[in-house]
Amino acid sequence: MEDAKTVAETKQEEVVGNLSYLKAVKAFFNEFGCLTSFTFRFFREVFKPRYEFNEVLKQSYLIGYKSFPLIALTAFIMGLVLTIQSRPTLVQFGAVSWLPAMVAVSLIRELGPAITALVFGGKVGSGIGAELASMRVTEQIDAMEVSGINPFKYLVVTRVLATTLTLPLLVVLSDSVSLFSTYIAVNMKDNVSTPLFISQVFQSINFSDLFPSIIKTFFFGFAVGIVSCYMGYNSNTGTEGVGKAANSSVVFGSISIFVLDLIAVQITNLIYN
Amino acid sequence: MEAALAEIEHIKKSFGNNDVLKDISLKIEKGKNLVVFGKSGCGKSVLIKCLVGLLVPDGGKIIVFGKDISSLSEEELDVLRKKIGFLFQSGALYDSMSVRENLEFPLRDLKGKSREEIDSLVIEALRNVGLEEAIDKMPSELSGGMRKRIGLARTLILKPEIMLYDEPTTGLDPITSREISMLILDVQKKHNTSSIIITHDKECARITANHIMMMKDGLIGAEGTFQELSESKDEWVTAFFKQ
Repeated sequence: MEDAKTVAETKQEEVVGNLSYLKAVKAFFNEFGCLTSFTFRFFREVFKPRYEFNEVLKQSYLIGYKSFPLIALTAFIMGLVLTIQSRPTLVQFGAVSWLPAMVAVSLIRELGPAITALVFGGKVGSGIGAELASMRVTEQIDAMEVSGINPFKYLVVTRVLATTLTLPLLVVLSDSVSLFSTYIAVNMKDNVSTPLFISQVFQSINFSDLFPSIIKTFFFGFAVGIVSCYMGYNSNTGTEGVGKAANSSVVFGSISIFVLDLIAVQITNLIYN
Repeated sequence: MEAALAEIEHIKKSFGNNDVLKDISLKIEKGKNLVVFGKSGCGKSVLIKCLVGLLVPDGGKIIVFGKDISSLSEEELDVLRKKIGFLFQSGALYDSMSVRENLEFPLRDLKGKSREEIDSLVIEALRNVGLEEAIDKMPSELSGGMRKRIGLARTLILKPEIMLYDEPTTGLDPITSREISMLILDVQKKHNTSSIIITHDKECARITANHIMMMKDGLIGAEGTFQELSESKDEWVTAFFKQ
């Protein structure tokens, strides 16, 4: 009898476990659906007047300019580490002269855009998520709405445009800083002149490396902006929601960057190979 | 009897299984202050949020300036909202803007206003609430009472015909509460606005109300003037008025 009860209990636990799994899947798709509808709303609102040019510029300054020191530091270290770590392997094959070219291709094609977008997502995404969530909690978004001002247009559209437009610029700057630190790292062990370094780097990079890597950063910037705005704008659970919105903005923003990167690589391969 | 500027007819609103508003009807008359009185959490704020379309009721009708708000487009609703002022419990000042920018913000859609005209409107609004000196301060530098006054100034800058006050005296000391209540009365007299004042502060109700409605379990439990309700024999009404 006792055994039978245990079996019944185990079955019940299994059913409950499956149900909670199903609930989580349902919640995921529900959230994904809401995010999709939020994105559609962005495209509906972005073309409607009134256009908030000043606010887009202000947000671009706050988001782009103020993120640059952190992104530059990360980029500098990235170039340095990548060069130092790659050298021993190339030495084994007697291909140390390929070092600048190899590092440049890795940086421009993949590491520059991806790492910059992730750092940007961490800094800017959490900031936007927390800011909008705290505005929601303190009824500032409601106050805007009852004054007859469209808060979606003023808060969400401007921030998403700012992240979409500033990330590509930051990636170009970050790539330049990484190449500069690569030059320093190369010269720590070998003696490569500046013209030789520049020629090795630019001979190895062609249009099919540069163009897709810049284009995909517009999508990364858009993903960071839309995800963090969605998390902050729809936060509704008091002060706890502010932390949750900041956290979810970073987590889901980073996942979106990886997924978009995967798609971008496939598309680039289809086009150029 | 004056014509009603806004009418709420049999509205219902639930959150999950919680029926917050079961059947509420009321009218806002020109130049009159209506106080909605009741315990915390009985749905008073939900009522005025439904009136401005921040929440959509599950049933019933809301007519503002002769228009059913459920039939309005988003743009039409924005136009209508400019004629309604809403003072939030916390003041809801925009943190990232100074007091001046907070007051200028609702004016941004007004066309043909020069810089000087906007400045004079801002200064006049601040003078009305007695806080001209706070013009360049940030919201974080203001006390609770000052935030509410600035919130009121920001709301009044568009010269609304209807004012909605959500717990205007909550969290303030008795002196500041009285000052805010007097300010509400002043706004009514000066601008001939019609107001709904949501409160559980008896003194605020005494000072500001032309008529009081008391909410109980999602319904109107009692109504009348302050005098009538304070003389009521109803045990539940007495419990409020003998605080």
